[in-house]
Amino acid sequence: MLADKDRIFRNIYGFHDSGLDGAKKRGSWDGTKLLIDQGHDWIINEVKASGLRGRGGAGFPTGLKWSFMPKNDPRPSYLVVNADESEPGSCKDREILRHEPHLLIEGMLLASFAMRAHTAFIYFRGEYIRERERFQQAVDEAYAANLIGKGNVHGWDFDIVVHHGGGAYICGEESALIESLEGKKGQPRLKPPFPAGCGLYGAPTTVNNVESIAVVPDILRRGGSWFAGLGKPNNTGTKLFQISGHVEKPCVVEEEMGIPLKELLDKHAGGVRGGWSNLLAVIPGGSSVPCIVADTCEEITMDFDALSKAKSGLGTAGIIVMDKSTDVIKAIARLSYFYKHESCGQCTPCREGCGWMWRVMERMVEGSASKSEIDLLWDVSKQVEGHTICALGDAAAWPVQGLIRNFRPLMEERIDAYHKAHPQAAE
Amino acid sequence: MPKKLIIDGKEIEVADGTTLLQACEQAGSEIPRFCYHERLSIAGNCRMCLVEVEGAPKPIASCAQTVNELRPNPDGSPNVVHTKSETVKKAREGVMEFLLINHPLDCPICDQGGECDLQDQAMAFGIGGSRYHENKRAVEDKYIGPLIKTMMTRCIHCTRCVRFMTEVAGVEELGLISRGEDAEITTYLEKGILSEMSANAVDLCPVGALTHRPWAHNARPWELRKTESIDVMDAVGSNIRVDTRGAEVMRILPRNNDAVNEEWISDKTRHIVDGLRSQRLDQPYVRKDGRLVPASWDEVLDLVAERVKAAGPEKIGVVAGDLTGAEEMFALKELMDALGGRNMDCRGPHEVLDPAAGRAGYVFNTTIDAIDDADAILIIGSNPRHEAAVLNARIRGRWRRGGLQVGLIGVNAPLTYAVTHIGSGIQSLADVADGKHGFAKVLADAKRPMVIVGAGAYGREDGAVVMSLAARIAEAAKKGADEGWAVFNVLHTGAARVAGLDLGFVPGEGGLATAEMVSGGVDVLWLLGADEFDVTALGDTFVIYQGTHGDAGAHRADVILPGAAYTEKSASYANTEGRVQIAARAVFPPGDAKEDWAIIRALSSRVGHTLSYDTLGELRAKMHKAAPVLARIDEPHGGEGEVEAVAKLANQGGMADATAFEPVIPDFYLTNPIARASAVMAELSALNKAANAAGSLNAAE
Repeated sequence: MLADKDRIFRNIYGFHDSGLDGAKKRGSWDGTKLLIDQGHDWIINEVKASGLRGRGGAGFPTGLKWSFMPKNDPRPSYLVVNADESEPGSCKDREILRHEPHLLIEGMLLASFAMRAHTAFIYFRGEYIRERERFQQAVDEAYAANLIGKGNVHGWDFDIVVHHGGGAYICGEESALIESLEGKKGQPRLKPPFPAGCGLYGAPTTVNNVESIAVVPDILRRGGSWFAGLGKPNNTGTKLFQISGHVEKPCVVEEEMGIPLKELLDKHAGGVRGGWSNLLAVIPGGSSVPCIVADTCEEITMDFDALSKAKSGLGTAGIIVMDKSTDVIKAIARLSYFYKHESCGQCTPCREGCGWMWRVMERMVEGSASKSEIDLLWDVSKQVEGHTICALGDAAAWPVQGLIRNFRPLMEERIDAYHKAHPQAAE
Repeated sequence: MPKKLIIDGKEIEVADGTTLLQACEQAGSEIPRFCYHERLSIAGNCRMCLVEVEGAPKPIASCAQTVNELRPNPDGSPNVVHTKSETVKKAREGVMEFLLINHPLDCPICDQGGECDLQDQAMAFGIGGSRYHENKRAVEDKYIGPLIKTMMTRCIHCTRCVRFMTEVAGVEELGLISRGEDAEITTYLEKGILSEMSANAVDLCPVGALTHRPWAHNARPWELRKTESIDVMDAVGSNIRVDTRGAEVMRILPRNNDAVNEEWISDKTRHIVDGLRSQRLDQPYVRKDGRLVPASWDEVLDLVAERVKAAGPEKIGVVAGDLTGAEEMFALKELMDALGGRNMDCRGPHEVLDPAAGRAGYVFNTTIDAIDDADAILIIGSNPRHEAAVLNARIRGRWRRGGLQVGLIGVNAPLTYAVTHIGSGIQSLADVADGKHGFAKVLADAKRPMVIVGAGAYGREDGAVVMSLAARIAEAAKKGADEGWAVFNVLHTGAARVAGLDLGFVPGEGGLATAEMVSGGVDVLWLLGADEFDVTALGDTFVIYQGTHGDAGAHRADVILPGAAYTEKSASYANTEGRVQIAARAVFPPGDAKEDWAIIRALSSRVGHTLSYDTLGELRAKMHKAAPVLARIDEPHGGEGEVEAVAKLANQGGMADATAFEPVIPDFYLTNPIARASAVMAELSALNKAANAAGSLNAAE
């Protein structure tokens, strides 16, 4: 269990003052100038040494991502912070934005400096209105205290542009986010070129998750080795876990990477409703990863590698707990509807496949399908996966695949029951 | 640096920046595609072109990835690409299945049937049946103008039409709205598209979502006979294909010619078709008691011969119109020469273009193809969007790539690219010529500058002054230009003009020009398809009208000799570049109408000066001897003798007129007798007028 001294988000519950004074009392903005004086490359190397992996879901090493930014480019460089937190089950970024905005602002300054960027953009999810207001307040405070802005005390001109999105899930995809930021329709771009080569307004750009940036000041202050010492090898540091669903006390909590799921649920969320034996399945990383069944939950640890070995993923660590009262087929069908609704419609497999999967799923819920359609569904999900421009196609396919992999007998049972009750329909 | 690849076991070296799709084509492996098009930006959204690259975790969309972007193999060996593997086959079948689940299988009633990419590729790459048991999506049809019929349920969202409109036509009026499976292509407000290039989007549509409204359900592609020909609606000489069934032209489509029209044609070129059927002159007429009455060929030819002989060579005039082929102009000129007449002209009233200065003085020397390399363009008294729509699209394409500055003297009309509007009249032209305006420096610094003079400038009474100023600007610009780069360009509006000038179809010594001939200067006036002037000034001149349509000239005529339209005869046309191309006969002229050269030949024997040829071949051979440039088929003039010609033009002078340059084409859709006979053109004209009145015709910006 994470010791209090190793906590990065010391006000994640919002019990204390989230303003500049409060943040300073918790150590923010302390010696930031000294960190900057160490130089661009030192920061990148420290972040590399910390083993920090992107907190937005894909888990790409953050330091490595930063090092892709060109060093001697005549174009300006940009940092874009992705606060378009729309993944069902995820709610960590809003806590940071509301209660720890200065960690993020300081992180943005340090990350921008490391990548030689003078401007950072932050793209808010459309529904995050209060969060944006709170964050804007903090930005104003930082400007007023001359911590950021032109000619600030840190000697690195730096501006933050707060941008409020329209509320489309796809705009959380980094290249769609860039398009949207440019004022266009939020549709993912083809990659390559990657944003580091040609991103926002055609300039080198790095898009990072809110949490990835907010942990940077502490990593630099305490050293990359401190962060690397937490968690498990290749899955280092602390992580905000968001626990929702059928637990006694849903919460957002900071814990070490690699904590056993069972321990996490029992210690912080008051355990599964009706006891551990009442657990049916868990979606461990936000809606887009396949679910894992109770047996797997027994031993599984919450980190990138262990979960991908279990054919799921850590994603954003938005843990959705489902007890035995859940109609898991219906739950996944609802997710299929979500992806059908949020598909941007640009490329064929996702545009057509998501609707198809949802419609078949709806019949699976009722049972008014045939058993061969389970294979069809599997096939369709495989035709979507990996054939699309962005990862939304994969995200739509995985929950369905997880369901079929883990609950096929249940689906067949449902179909049998339906056909028994509607004998004429079987013909 | 060329890159080595192994595609389907075949080793191949491709140039830097080649896309994977192009590389596969080079290796002889066909890649199916819907959204990819050579002349549009890459969208990569249909996912039909997926290929397998060894070492890559997922199949790759080959249209969007260049060979340089492939991850190199750790051992440095060339990347291995499979286009026929099981993975690729499955991926294609998957995409094909997705495209078809919501596509109505209404091929039997779809106008695209027989030339549909989806149909063809479903046959080649799809699976036989469907596994989709849900309801298909239905999408409301959109009204997007009189040219484009929509059936949006068939749309596969490839966005080719959107990209064409935005990138080539320069009119951002088409877009994709909504999200996911609700995404729809629309003009937002469901107004007609205001672009003179819009119908090309229909050609690009790989399915039957967009089809041509004017000829909807008229014919199946396999019933049509295809004749490759040349367009005469403007002086670009767009390459077209005329599709006919029986004696009727059913449709006109573009033909690829990278040097001229790429694969676009203007809406006028394409949808003139119904104009070829209506208002036709299909038998000879003579005016009796103030009314035109049908007559026999013998009757009219005798009458014409009698009048011509009676008038005497000094009092006969001939004017050739914009759509006239070189052959008939040559025949008529020979006849006039034999008669001793010197009053002939192929130019509009007041046009000063003079073959005496040399061919480079009246053609588009830079060539249309070379617009792609230009870095500065000065447009004088022209609206290329209306005068040569396809050429204008070239300029826009060049402008989009960046590094092109365009200056404009004349009416500041929206041209679909940004221009520096220097001024509207001759004073501004003089400023640039004298280096007083900043654009003079732009031209001086440019390595590949172009000066384009339009009919709005050279067609004025002070045209000679305009030409001399333009020539001076071109001379100055040429000094800093790359070796061999031609600068001076004349943009013609009439398809017949350059060949007419090549033939010397201009007033002989002391002869009268068009303006004098059409205002009562002669007793007998022979209009060879000439209608573009005010016929009320003709007075009591005896007018012989030889042409195809009952337009202004025919209404005033005393004798009508029905001729053949450009789709009904083999005739040479030199486009504004001086490129000679031969239009082919797709159908026969209607009724008693004859090919024009044959009419002149028949008449020549009746006036006692029989022309020395009995076939078109003999005529053409003689014409090529008289004007050897017309024998150089498909070669642009290309700046030969430009320096001398421009120097001659620069030395002209005269009285300048301070008024602003006027547009020469008041209505793009109604520029010639065929267009004025077309109901489709009339509808487009009305639509644009209404939109202009509402002030909504905007440029791309």
